[in-house]
Amino acid sequence: MRDITVEKITDSVKKLCMDATRFIGDDVLSSLKVAQEGEKWPIAKDILADLITNYEIAASENLPMCQDTGMVYCEVEIGQEVHIVGGTLEKAINDGVALGYTEGYLRKSVVSDPIERINTKNNTPAVITYKIVEGENLKITVAPKGFGSENMSQLKMLKPSDGLEGVKEFVLKVVKEAGPNPCPPIVVGVGIGGTFDRVALLAKQAAIRNVDSFNSKPYYEKLERELLESVNALGIGPQGFGGKTTALKVNIEIFPTHIAGLPVAVNINCHAARHKSVVL
Amino acid sequence: MEIIKLTTPLTAEKVANLKTGDKVLISGVIYTGRDAAHKRMVEQVAKGEKLPFEMEGQIIYYVGPTPTKPGYAFGSGGPTTSYRMDAYTPPLLDLGLKGMIGKGKREPAVIESMKKNGAVYFGAIGGAAALIGKCVKKAEIVAFEDLDSEAVRRLEVEDFPVTVIIDTKGNNLYEIGPAAYLKTV
Repeated sequence: MRDITVEKITDSVKKLCMDATRFIGDDVLSSLKVAQEGEKWPIAKDILADLITNYEIAASENLPMCQDTGMVYCEVEIGQEVHIVGGTLEKAINDGVALGYTEGYLRKSVVSDPIERINTKNNTPAVITYKIVEGENLKITVAPKGFGSENMSQLKMLKPSDGLEGVKEFVLKVVKEAGPNPCPPIVVGVGIGGTFDRVALLAKQAAIRNVDSFNSKPYYEKLERELLESVNALGIGPQGFGGKTTALKVNIEIFPTHIAGLPVAVNINCHAARHKSVVL
Repeated sequence: MEIIKLTTPLTAEKVANLKTGDKVLISGVIYTGRDAAHKRMVEQVAKGEKLPFEMEGQIIYYVGPTPTKPGYAFGSGGPTTSYRMDAYTPPLLDLGLKGMIGKGKREPAVIESMKKNGAVYFGAIGGAAALIGKCVKKAEIVAFEDLDSEAVRRLEVEDFPVTVIIDTKGNNLYEIGPAAYLKTV
C-alpha cells in the first residue's frame, strides 16, 4: 500500500488546470508549424501564423490561450495499491479545479443545472472517469474542453452492415456539418465499438490523445492517416475560410462490441486540444 | 492584400464598402454580448425597455472573456460560436446594429436581416484569445453585471483584426473561401 494525501491531489489538479489552459502542448505546436509551412492558401497561412503567435503570447505571459477555458474532463488511473488519505478522491479533484480556476484567472463556464443554468462560480464539478490499474501510482489527466468544438460532436449507432465505409462516411459528415464552428484546424477524436456510453468515452479519449501519436493497431493507424487525408480534402481550412489544414490529426480508439452493433462517435477538439497529465 | 482601417460607430456607407474576404482592423468602441445577454436584450426589446446601449451604428462582439489579470486592461477574449445568437439577432439588426464579430455559420434568417438592414458579420480568429485580448485598451461592464463573463461590456479597441465573413449583399466567405481553395488543388 502507498498513501497519497488529498492535499497532494488537489495541488496537482490545480496546477494541471492552469498549465493546460496556458501552455500549448509541444505536439500541437509542432503540428501547427508544419501545417503553416505547408499551407499554400494565403489566408490559411496567415491564420495558422496568428495561432502560433497566440500560443507563444499565452505561454510567455501566463495568459489563458483561449477565453473558453472549458469544462474539465478529468481521467484518473488509480493503482490498486494506492490508498487515498485525508478525504475523498472526488472532492480532492473538484477542490483542485476550483482553486485552479479562481486563482488562475480562468473563466468559470459551468452551470449547476442544464435547464436552470446557474453558474457554479468555480467551474466545478469536473467530469471524472476512474480506471483501476495495477501498481501504486496515481495518474491524473486534465483536459479542459471548450464547447465550441464539444457542441459539434455526434454519435451514431450504425448497423454492422454499414461497416468501415459507414464509419468513414459518418466521420466526414460530422466534420463537414461542423464546418467553421469548432475552430479548425481541429483534432478529430473517433470512437468505434463498445456500447452507447462507451463509444462516447472512446471518442473523448481519442480527442485528447497527442497529435503525434497513432493507434497501436496498424489497421487503425492506417485508417487514422486515411481519414485525415479525406478530412483535409474537404477544403474547409483554418477557421473555415478555405485551405488544406482542416484537421491536425484524426485519432481513433476502439473497443469490442455486440454482434448487432457498430457504435461510432466523433468528439471534435479545437486546434489547442488541451490536456496535461501528472503521475503521483 | 490591403488592410482596411475601420473606426466605430459604423454608418451605412462604411458598411456598404466592406466585401466578403476583406481584412479589417477595427478601432473605437464595441460592445460585448453572448448567450445570456442576448436573451435579456431581446426581452427588453419586446417589453419596450431601454437597452444597455443604443444599437444604431454599433458592433456587438460575441465574447465571454476570462477574468482580467492585475496589470492588464482585459483578459483573454476570442470569439464564441455565433449561431447561438441567431434567434436573437434580427430584432437587434432592426434597431440599427451594423456589425457583429464572432465565428462560425449564421442562419439564413440572420443573413436576410443583414441584407435588409445593411449589416456585416466579421470573423475573429477562434482560439486566438490571448492575441486578441491585447487589442482591448479599456473595458467596463455596462449591464447585467450578475452575468459575470457574459455581462455586456463596453470595449475600447485598437486595430482589432477581423475578416469580413458575410457582407451586406449576403456573400459568405464560408462558401466562397473553401470553393475557391478547392479550385486550386
